Amino acid sequence: MNALLYLIPIALFLGLLGLGAFLWALRSGQFDDPEGAANRILFDDDPIDEDRPESG
Amino acid sequence: MASCLHCGLEVVGAGGGGGDFCCRGCRAAYEVVQGLGLASYYQRRRIDAAQRPLRPDEDAAAVDHGGYVRTGDDGIHCLHLMVEGLHCAACVWLIEKVLSREPDVVSARLNMTTRRLVVRWRGEAARAGGLVAAVTALGYGLLPFDPALVASADQRRNRELLRAMAVAGFAAGNVMLLSVSVWAGHFQGMGPATRDLLHWLSALIALPAIAYAGVPFYRSALTALRAGRVNMDVPISVAVILAAGMSLSETLRGGPHAYFDSAVTLLFFLLVGRYLDGRARGRARSAAERLLAMNATAVTVIDSSGGRRTVPPAEVRQGMIALVAAGERIAVDGRVAEGTSDVDNSLVSGESVPVAAAPESRVFAGTLNLTAPLRITVTAVGEDTLLAEIVRLMEAAEQGRARYVGLADRVARLYAPVVHGLALVTFLGWLAAGMEWQQALLVAVAVLIVTCPCALALAVPVVQVIASGRLLGRGILIKSGTALERLAAVERVVFDKTGTLTLGRPELTGTHAHGDLALAASLAAASKHPLARALASSSAPAPGVREEPGRGLRLETPEGEVRLGSREWCGIADDGADRGPEMWLTGPGRDPVCFAFTDRLRADAAAVVETLGRMGMEVSILSGDRAATVSAVAEQVGITHWRAGRTPEDKCAELAAMGRKVLMVGDGLNDAPALAAAHASLSPATAIDVSQAAADVVFQGDLLEPVVEAITVARRADRLVRQNFALAFLYNGVTIPLAVLGLVTPLLAALAMSASSLVVIGNALRLGRRR
Repeated sequence: MNALLYLIPIALFLGLLGLGAFLWALRSGQFDDPEGAANRILFDDDPIDEDRPESG
Repeated sequence: MASCLHCGLEVVGAGGGGGDFCCRGCRAAYEVVQGLGLASYYQRRRIDAAQRPLRPDEDAAAVDHGGYVRTGDDGIHCLHLMVEGLHCAACVWLIEKVLSREPDVVSARLNMTTRRLVVRWRGEAARAGGLVAAVTALGYGLLPFDPALVASADQRRNRELLRAMAVAGFAAGNVMLLSVSVWAGHFQGMGPATRDLLHWLSALIALPAIAYAGVPFYRSALTALRAGRVNMDVPISVAVILAAGMSLSETLRGGPHAYFDSAVTLLFFLLVGRYLDGRARGRARSAAERLLAMNATAVTVIDSSGGRRTVPPAEVRQGMIALVAAGERIAVDGRVAEGTSDVDNSLVSGESVPVAAAPESRVFAGTLNLTAPLRITVTAVGEDTLLAEIVRLMEAAEQGRARYVGLADRVARLYAPVVHGLALVTFLGWLAAGMEWQQALLVAVAVLIVTCPCALALAVPVVQVIASGRLLGRGILIKSGTALERLAAVERVVFDKTGTLTLGRPELTGTHAHGDLALAASLAAASKHPLARALASSSAPAPGVREEPGRGLRLETPEGEVRLGSREWCGIADDGADRGPEMWLTGPGRDPVCFAFTDRLRADAAAVVETLGRMGMEVSILSGDRAATVSAVAEQVGITHWRAGRTPEDKCAELAAMGRKVLMVGDGLNDAPALAAAHASLSPATAIDVSQAAADVVFQGDLLEPVVEAITVARRADRLVRQNFALAFLYNGVTIPLAVLGLVTPLLAALAMSASSLVVIGNALRLGRRR
């Protein structure tokens, strides 16, 4: 019984953290383009000096 | 046959200079991609045969981007564009890379789900044209739009549903955690103090969640009630609110049963169903948006002093003289005052072979001027043009269609009063039997909860989403929620001819000597006439080729004059046979060569007509073309009932006369009103935007098979929806007597609800399983 008194609030707090994270992700527009997000991991980004494409 | 290295289409015509490309534009695009070091695009890309091919459109009408560029306070310009021709993720990569390589571009982001491109750059706003040209040169179609106008209400609604779903999910998980403890406690001797604590905790989590996550339902229910109707959201809202209220009062009294978990999981499942529903309907607004965007082009007007002005279409008046350049879309209805040219009337008549335009001939807004500049006396502008008239016919027809009430809503109309009545009877019955009123109310609430509106609410959206997803995988796009139901009910199919039964583009037939073909191609490359384009190859036009509108092309060579063009102009005697579109090549020292073109039937047209016949449907053709060509096509395809020479109004009238549930398949602007008026309609993706917007279903590719596929899937989906309703009612049949008798505990209610929802979803998944 004593355990319940602090375990339940902890569980709720963790759950609220998860919910908060989801809502933040939603607000920052991360759910607007599900297909694009799935495919972007496969894109090759150029190395850091991509603003000098002299090697064409 | 070799494939073009850039766009993947077949290389036809002369193998001109290098048979690697199908046209000049593709070769240029290939060189651009190579030059930017982005050649890995070609390895990664997967051509989607159903999308618009990546052939740069050389005679696309000029669009003025200036009006759409927005400039922020920090001096960064922003332009929103819709992209056409996205084949796969490699295209997204290529477009973003090409744009970010431009020095002044700050960011370029392409949303693959909505196909919208947002470009931000510093410097001059006029750069917009150059940036857009960089992408269109690769073969994509770009159209600017105003993001404020376009339905972002859709996106806001989806976000709201996602937020509600997240909150409901969080609450459902935690409340269920507590409820399972309570149920276990019933069997294991949990003391009332613990039970009450758990109930209070459940109340703390559930009540705010119900208040927030239920808003979409409460709002819809209130709207319906104020309009004097009852929809599915009314019993849902009543059940949820009553359950929460009763559970709270039970908790206050220290009673043994609380229904918080039922209320919250009910909300969660319903929100899942609602979100899926929203995703299924939210696609393909883009066709209608493109139509809006089409009106952006400015009109060049010649004023009384002879100077030229560019004015927006709204300022053009009757009697003004408008100048239409070669390759430009005509923006007004009018009569030709000066000039001869060929006009592509396919927008209005459906025919891809251009019509000659000479002084005094009538031209219409929306058609494409092909070969030479024209001066037109304006007779009608804006709302008075034929184009606007056709769009109005179409909108009127759509109003009629919007009144169709889906099966789910019809069930809801019956279901809601019955359920409420039952709960009321239960309450009064138990009161009369002497139970105290809180207990009786609890039993009545149990009846409301257990009548499983979640299974019913899921029954239709789940099937629709799975069916739409499966069809989308085959290149068939369902655009409206009730399209599947209406498609399942059709008994008769009407086809348009050009562009629907046929491919809609002229193709060269027959074999020709390589030398003849090469010479013809080198002349043809200088013209935008569709027949010439079908002949041309990727080689550059021979220098010195001159085009005579309405007649053909000529080239002066040292040996004499070479002509490529119509029969009379080349001096060939007319033998009276009606041979369809053709071009003749004459020159010094060579026999005249005839190049014949046909508008080929789609490969499986005859097979599809036969399949439709076997499925028990009557098939007809309604076309705007001449009787001779229509009857020839009808014979080839095996259709006995056909009509030719039909105007858009005629087509609508014939559909109405047919009476029975008709499926219309068409592509031209002249089909758009019929598409909107028919019980259900399909349109190929090569159709113009208005027709795509009017049709229920858009299918891609060169085959007619999607018509059969769509009908088959729609019929199966209809069967599954009815099965789902049957299953939901079966559950009700078992659980309602239990609830009325007061035997339903929260445990049983939650089990029944989850089980019924899962069964309904499982049944819907059968759609995706079998072939």
